[in-house]
Parts: sequence; C-alpha cells; structure tokens
Amino acid sequence: MNKAQKAMLEMREMDELASMSSFVHRMSPLSKLMMTIVYIAVTASFNRYDLTGLVFMVIFPVILYQMSYVPVSTCFIKLRGILPLILAVGILNPFFDRATVMKIGSLEISGGVISMITLMMKGVFSLMFSFLLMATTRIDELCQGLRKIHFPRAITSLLLLTYRYSSVLLREVSNMTDAYHLRAPGQKGIHISAWGTFLGQLLLRTMDRGDSLYNAMVIRGFSGEFLYAGNKEYIRCSMIMAIIVCGLMILSRFYNIPAIIAGVFIK
Amino acid sequence: MIRFIDVSYSYPGGKPVLRNINFSVSEGERIGLIGANGAGKSTLMKAALGLIEAEGIILIGGTAVKKDSLSRIRQLAGFVLQDPENQMFMPRVIDDMVFGPVNYGMTREAAEKEADQILEKLGIPFLRNRYNHKISGGEKRMASIATVLMMDPKVIFMDEPSSSLDPKNRRMLINTLNGLENTLVIASHDLDMILQTCSRVILIDGGEIAADGKAFDILRDRALLESHRLELPLSLQTI
Repeated sequence: MNKAQKAMLEMREMDELASMSSFVHRMSPLSKLMMTIVYIAVTASFNRYDLTGLVFMVIFPVILYQMSYVPVSTCFIKLRGILPLILAVGILNPFFDRATVMKIGSLEISGGVISMITLMMKGVFSLMFSFLLMATTRIDELCQGLRKIHFPRAITSLLLLTYRYSSVLLREVSNMTDAYHLRAPGQKGIHISAWGTFLGQLLLRTMDRGDSLYNAMVIRGFSGEFLYAGNKEYIRCSMIMAIIVCGLMILSRFYNIPAIIAGVFIK
Repeated sequence: MIRFIDVSYSYPGGKPVLRNINFSVSEGERIGLIGANGAGKSTLMKAALGLIEAEGIILIGGTAVKKDSLSRIRQLAGFVLQDPENQMFMPRVIDDMVFGPVNYGMTREAAEKEADQILEKLGIPFLRNRYNHKISGGEKRMASIATVLMMDPKVIFMDEPSSSLDPKNRRMLINTLNGLENTLVIASHDLDMILQTCSRVILIDGGEIAADGKAFDILRDRALLESHRLELPLSLQTI
C-alpha cells in the first residue's frame, strides 16, 4: 500500500465514523459546531495556573465520546501527527517562569511547569473536541452548519469541494505512483527527472475527474448550497442539549466545580 | 420527449465535435448511441444535460436546454456517468441516493422511503447502508443507476453503462434497463447490450449522424458498421 492509499484509507475511515448512528451523530451540525466553539473558547480562557479547573473540562469530551461510540483512542491515533506539536507548546515555560507556586511534600513545582501542563491540556482537550465534531459530522452537514451562522457560501463550497476532490487527487496519485513503480523497479520514490511530467499529468487527470464529479453533483441539483433535511425533533432536542452542555461549560469556567465537590466531602 | 435541432459544438480552439445534429426521441423510446471512440456520443449527452453549451436547440420534455432552465432540465433528465466512481461521492449508498431529492426540497425521511422502494425494485436493498468504497464495481454501477432513478427522471442518459462489468453483472444491468419505463439514451460500444436493450440505434461518426434506424437493421449491417470503425455484435457474427 502506498502513502496515497494510506491517506485515502484514513479519509474513508473518517467518513465511516461520521456515518455511524448515535445521538451525537444525529445532533444538528449547528449545535455540535456551537458546542465545539464554546468548548474551545472556555478551555482557552482558563488561567495558566488553574490546573484543577481545567482538569474538569475533560469530562465533556469524554462523556460525548462515550455517547457517540467513537473510541477516544481513535482520536489520538488519527491525530498522532499533530500531538507532538501540541505537546511542544509551552515546553520552554519552565525555563522562564521559575517562581514556586505549589509544593507537593518537599517537591517544589514552578509556575512554568504548571503553565506548560495547562497549555498542553488546553491543546489536547480542544483537539479532542474538534476531532469529535469531525468524527460525528459529515462534511456536507458541517458546511451546512457553517452556512447557518452566515459563513460565506464561497468558503463553505470551497471546503466541501476541496474535501471531495482531495480523495480524487489521492486516488490519482495512488494510481500514478503504482504505474510508475511498476516500470521503475527498485527505485525509491519518484526520480526528480519525472517530477515535472508527473505533476503535470496529475493536474490534468485530477481536473478531468474533478470535472466529472462536479457534473455528477450539479446534475442532481447541487448549486453550492447545502440542504440538510434533518429530523426536526432531533434538531430541537440537539439544540436543547447543546445549550445545556454549553451552559455547564461556562459554569465550570466561573466555578471551580472539583473544589466545590471536594468541599462537600472534606471539611 | 427529446429533440435536437441543428446542434453543433466545438471545444474551445478545437475542431467541431458535433455538426448539425437533428433527431427526435419519443416518450418511452430506447435509443442506442453508437460510434467509434471520439465520435461525439458523450459530448452529445453532455450537451443535452446542459453540461456544455452547444449551438442549436435542444428540447427535453418541451423545455429548451438553456442556462436558466437547467434546474428543470436536470429534474427531467438523469445521467449515468461512465465511471461510477465519479458518480458516487457520498460515504454511503443511501446518502448518495438522497442527495438529489434533498437538493430539490424533499425531506430526508421521504427521500429515504423513496430510496428503499427503488433499491427494492432494482433488487439491491442490501446495498442501502453499505459504504461506497466497499462495494464491487457491479454493485456500484447498480447503485449509480439507483441514484439517478431517485430523481424520477423522464429521460435517462447513460454513458457506457456496461463498461468494466463482469458477465453476471452485465446481465443484471440489461435486465434492469429492460425493466425501466423511462426514455433511455444509451451510449455504448457494447453492441450486444444495445441490441438487447434498445429498439432504435443512432450511429455517430465525426460528430455527424451517419445512420438512424431500427437497432436490428443497423447492427446487422456489417458494411455500414465497418465503414465507421465498428464491428458486428458478437451475437450476430454467425449470420
């Protein structure tokens, strides 16, 4: 299997995840989009030393992953390429912020370490929630949600068509790479002398296929607008659910819920 | 149902692909468009669907194919593309089937009900929730026909519908086509399939109509076919 085929497989797996059936999948795209935006905004707004408050935020994605039947591990496997970058954010903080803010026994923990951990957590949590949105919402539904909040049609069309055409591009890359290697045995990669013609051919072939794909869409009434005919009952339910979840997220930003719960038990 | 009046087309900067095409198709008629590679069959069908702007007049169900009538035309006429890979762009068969009707204002529930009936009619209800990339070429072809039938078109244009099908799937396709009541225009090099599905054949060569008549009369005319770079259908080669 060549790299293009692997990438194609990953895209298809995402499509399969988004086509599963669960309450979260059936929620209207707009409500999921709203929850994601609120979640990221709330998570990002936590103070850099507010570790306990931030820890509570993991509850939201974890519960939604359970409800959607999307394994949390899938998120980390799919996003393995970005995770190191996220984790690298704030790695220099311990060197700049050395003031002690916490003591565990005799171990002094500096503000830099805490802020590094909170930054990492903010990144990972936001990524988890964004992945959940992608894994439970098809691209056409997502674009339709964006249109509802008055995102320009040109951008949503571009997003949808780019997604559709990227699979066409990958398929062509895969076919051409296979054809090349069959006639260039033992060669690693594509020789530099063939790059020009390879890319030129790829462009022409992709344009042809993209054209056919677009024709198939316009023939069936596609006009750049996305008409998501979701079940009205579900749309109402999902909006109510989204409002409740967003309310809880905002509440947990202003009240340290773990501390309140702990206060009940520890006097 | 379909009328082509003096239809011509040239690709930008290229030589003419269609030259003064004139013919009519009655409601329910099945037409086989035959011709060698590059004869203009696919271009003719694209012009009928308004995918390219040709000179002359094309009428589908009395509606002229123009920029402002394309929405109506595409409700009247469906198009089965040569490569079903290009036709099926949604993750699952059912998603692809409801794509068109939902674009025309049908609710998802109603579209899904309709889809179930069509899948049943075509004998492929098991494909409903299957992923497009996990079904075979033959199944994909049948599913692509189902997506077009979902639009309830009066006319269906098909470009090489039997290409890359194995004998069993090809037989299933022929049976399906023979069971349809829509007006059919089928462009194909599979002359045996044309013989089994179409009552009339139009032979195109160099963008012009070289012959138009009963399928059996044209498809058994060895001299006519050979003069236009075609051969007798295999089933007639012993005659």
